[in-house]
Amino acid sequence: MSESPQPVAKCEISLTVNGQVVTVCVHAMDRLLDVLRHELGLAGTKEGCGEGECGSCSVLMDGMLVNSCLIPALQASGTNIVTIEGLASDGRLRVLQQAFLECGGAQCGICTPGMILAAHHLLRKNPQPTVEEIREGLSGNLCRCTGYMQIFEAVAEAGRREATT
Amino acid sequence: MRAHPAEYELFAPGGLSAVLSLLAQAPGAWLPIAGGTDVMVQYSAGNLRARRLVSIWNLPELRRIEVLSDEMQIGAGCTYTDLREHGVVSREFALLSSAARWTGGIANQNRGTLGGNIVNASPAADSLPALLVYEAELLLVSVRGERRVPYRDFHVGYRRTQIAPDELIRTICLKRRFSEYYAQARKVGARNAQAIAKVSLAGLGRLADGVVEDIRLAMGSVAPVPLRLTETERIVKGRRVDPVLVQLARKTAAAEVRPIDDIRSTARYRAAVAGNLVAEFLENMSTNGSIT
Repeated sequence: MSESPQPVAKCEISLTVNGQVVTVCVHAMDRLLDVLRHELGLAGTKEGCGEGECGSCSVLMDGMLVNSCLIPALQASGTNIVTIEGLASDGRLRVLQQAFLECGGAQCGICTPGMILAAHHLLRKNPQPTVEEIREGLSGNLCRCTGYMQIFEAVAEAGRREATT
Repeated sequence: MRAHPAEYELFAPGGLSAVLSLLAQAPGAWLPIAGGTDVMVQYSAGNLRARRLVSIWNLPELRRIEVLSDEMQIGAGCTYTDLREHGVVSREFALLSSAARWTGGIANQNRGTLGGNIVNASPAADSLPALLVYEAELLLVSVRGERRVPYRDFHVGYRRTQIAPDELIRTICLKRRFSEYYAQARKVGARNAQAIAKVSLAGLGRLADGVVEDIRLAMGSVAPVPLRLTETERIVKGRRVDPVLVQLARKTAAAEVRPIDDIRSTARYRAAVAGNLVAEFLENMSTNGSIT
């Protein structure tokens, strides 16, 4: 099991990131997080704990919320990834992003991209979540600034605004 | 020290038989990786001994849930989200769906698999006490064929299991005969999401005229393996639930567990909470769980 072979060659992996098909030359065990940040220059996805505890590297993979620090690049091959950079379009923020701004849901900003992806994932499954459901939907995302209340309010507000538009 | 990706191989053969052939060619050389919620953590910390990994994520053969007339057959590659969203699991195996809801957060539930939770073999794993009380059976598969083993015998010591190096868990089989039981799951920890349990309980029981007809209790984080409380069950079965029995069950459970001191809690606290959870279970069952 501990036998150490020659350095493993890189491989070409194609995936769709924010609607664009990209091909990168990486190691199969490179983390999706590093592929996004270093190969594709998408630095909006943050690294917090690097062990799936804090949620700051959250992205959507084929519509599912995942921690990109726990995804080997090879397992992302052929998938459809959405990062924080893929949420706003034509320079216009989404309702959810606008609600984070207005409700004070972001302070230092490290958790914010992951929070927004987790909230986006929640609202797509459940457009009008209760506070309990918001707490559960974001329970894998840690914030050390806000105390969470403004974040929960932002998500609830986004749900209300989407319902009336 | 952080791992260097160039030192690790990862293959994704894409089908179960190809994975099994690879495992058989060099038993023990390849580590299966599904959703990575355990393996990638060890990898990133530089603690992964295996240098060759084979991806079993999303293999169609492992991602099915089949509902037969008398049995549920859950593919080992099903995620916690798959379990949470499955109607029959929610209705008939509430302890498993509670455990799925308490494991990690949503992102980890979308990637962590039931089979992975079993082979990772942590005594603190959220779903394992539920599998013990439902008396799950595991279908293990290799190029040599399939074998069906009772889950209760699967863990043979701290993080050691019966699985052979060329085998995978293919299916977790649950008999559909518990929907009428009173069921209660409890996780005691810093918080439910993203926290490892200090003590957890999965309990199933059935009363007839106030007498305990059947009871199954299992706990996490109180022994080197997920623990079925057979002694506590023995002294409770066939008796009427009253304050004397509750006290006796509390003491028996506290003595039956074999917890340790670690970063999350102490042996003394865990034994006391183990007794309390069993007492609470019996009290709640006698209040809510009578079947007429």
